[in-house]
Amino acid sequence: MLKDITIGQYFPGKSAVHRLDARVKLVLTIAFIVEVFLAGNAVSMGLTICAVITLMIVSRVSVRLYLKSLKSILPIIILTALLNAFFAEGDILFKWGFLELTQQGLIRAVYMAVRIMLLILISSMLTYTTTPTALTDAIESLLSPLKVFGLGGAVHSLAMMMTIALRFVPTLIEETDKIMSAQKARGADLESGGLMRRIRALLPILIPLLVSSFRRAADLAAAMECRCYTGSAGRTRMKRMHMVLGDYAALVISAVFLTGIILLGVFLSGMII
Amino acid sequence: MGVLETKNLSYVYGAGTPFRMDAITDINIKIEKGERVGIIGHTGSGKSTLVQHFNGLLKPESGKVLLDGRDIWENPKQIRKIRFKVGLVFQYPEHQLFDETVYKDIAFGPKNMGLSEAEIRERVGEAVEIVGLSKKLLEKSPFDLSGGEKRRAAIAGVIAMKPSVLVLDEPTAGLDPKGRDSILYNLKRYQEQAGTTMLLVSHSMEDVAKFAKRVLVMNKGRVAMFDTVPKIFQCADELSGMGLNIPQITQVFIGLKKRGVPVKANVYTLEQAAKELASLKGGGTPGA
Repeated sequence: MLKDITIGQYFPGKSAVHRLDARVKLVLTIAFIVEVFLAGNAVSMGLTICAVITLMIVSRVSVRLYLKSLKSILPIIILTALLNAFFAEGDILFKWGFLELTQQGLIRAVYMAVRIMLLILISSMLTYTTTPTALTDAIESLLSPLKVFGLGGAVHSLAMMMTIALRFVPTLIEETDKIMSAQKARGADLESGGLMRRIRALLPILIPLLVSSFRRAADLAAAMECRCYTGSAGRTRMKRMHMVLGDYAALVISAVFLTGIILLGVFLSGMII
Repeated sequence: MGVLETKNLSYVYGAGTPFRMDAITDINIKIEKGERVGIIGHTGSGKSTLVQHFNGLLKPESGKVLLDGRDIWENPKQIRKIRFKVGLVFQYPEHQLFDETVYKDIAFGPKNMGLSEAEIRERVGEAVEIVGLSKKLLEKSPFDLSGGEKRRAAIAGVIAMKPSVLVLDEPTAGLDPKGRDSILYNLKRYQEQAGTTMLLVSHSMEDVAKFAKRVLVMNKGRVAMFDTVPKIFQCADELSGMGLNIPQITQVFIGLKKRGVPVKANVYTLEQAAKELASLKGGGTPGA
């Protein structure tokens, strides 16, 4: 069922990862994504994997949820790995028609697959442990230097749009589920037939969904106006974000880790890739 | 033999996530052919989950749903056929309208059944009449109808499939009292004429009292009571413990009786109340 979608979902908790300042988490996630691509040898890749597993344990989010997030991306991982394995120059291990499996390709495929998995895991961890509101607040706060260029209003609008969009993802999923059930109750057949037939079969779901999205948007706009929402000017926050000792510690540890990986890359540059 | 039966039916939402929730637990009920049953319960008591099992939209975690004595999941590929036999009208069904015209929208169900054009035309005509919708509206866009008309059109869309069991989830929610009474009246008349088994989910005791012969009370995912209307309303205290109220008119009459007025306490509708009060005055026909 659609309700099983977990990407972008938040799972409440009180772990150290949950409590970390959302801005810190966001910056560290981006830094980590870069790091995953810098880790070009077995030692740094091993360290990175260890770090992710440690974080996963610390986050206290069920392993099944992480696996679920990987499952949905599995086809992409396999495709990328295959492309890497067969389209790299190097010592040929195996030849089949125009396809050549090389040793270098195989190693690159493994690295690529691991990298994508780590990417998914770490970004799932961000959304699993951070409320959508905290996340958009963090984006707004991190982009606030743009105010200097007179873009403060745009930054706020962007953040508000993201908050609203994220807020309505579960609502729309629920709504889709409901409309699908209602049409199925009238015998709608969504599972069989050719491509065109299946696309046509989606109309009874997409049209009501579109209509209800417009209705919701109009309702929300009216509700916001009733509460005198006028954009960013003069707007204060109920929850201000504060950095605490733990946040600084996380930044320092990550900086040390990242430097270590870069140095390893320099010293072990000859090892692999 | 009951037309619809459940055996140890249980369902869990979000199994394996922190949001895991028992929706319904161990439901054993039997509904007779041609019966009008009300299903009541507080928000989150599992009534909507229960009715979605009747036509196979939800698959039981454990237990069985029997239609005419046969497990509806006996052959999972044939589950669409069950949906034509057990019609389900969702809450706010007008949100599912989609087609260009009201006619086409009502015809959606019968078309999925693979009926002939002539048969479909006949069924749409009948369904529209049953729900009390003007035939002039058939060629209009469903989005141009009023709220009440949309609701009727959506209900007609399910009735047009001529299901042998018709389940309605809060068919009167959000309607004004006049619209509510008129829809209930139309449904009741249809039930009496066609002999369809009809289940009405509601949290309004007034609606259930007007409509049903037997009432299924759900509480926290379990069957709390399943009995005739008078017997259910005798348990006013237990009901209020579940966040439910007996009809206001019944409360008035229980109060009157307590204060020594010689009236019966089993009064559930305005008509009964009028009769009761008239007899108190010493006969005569009830005025209003």
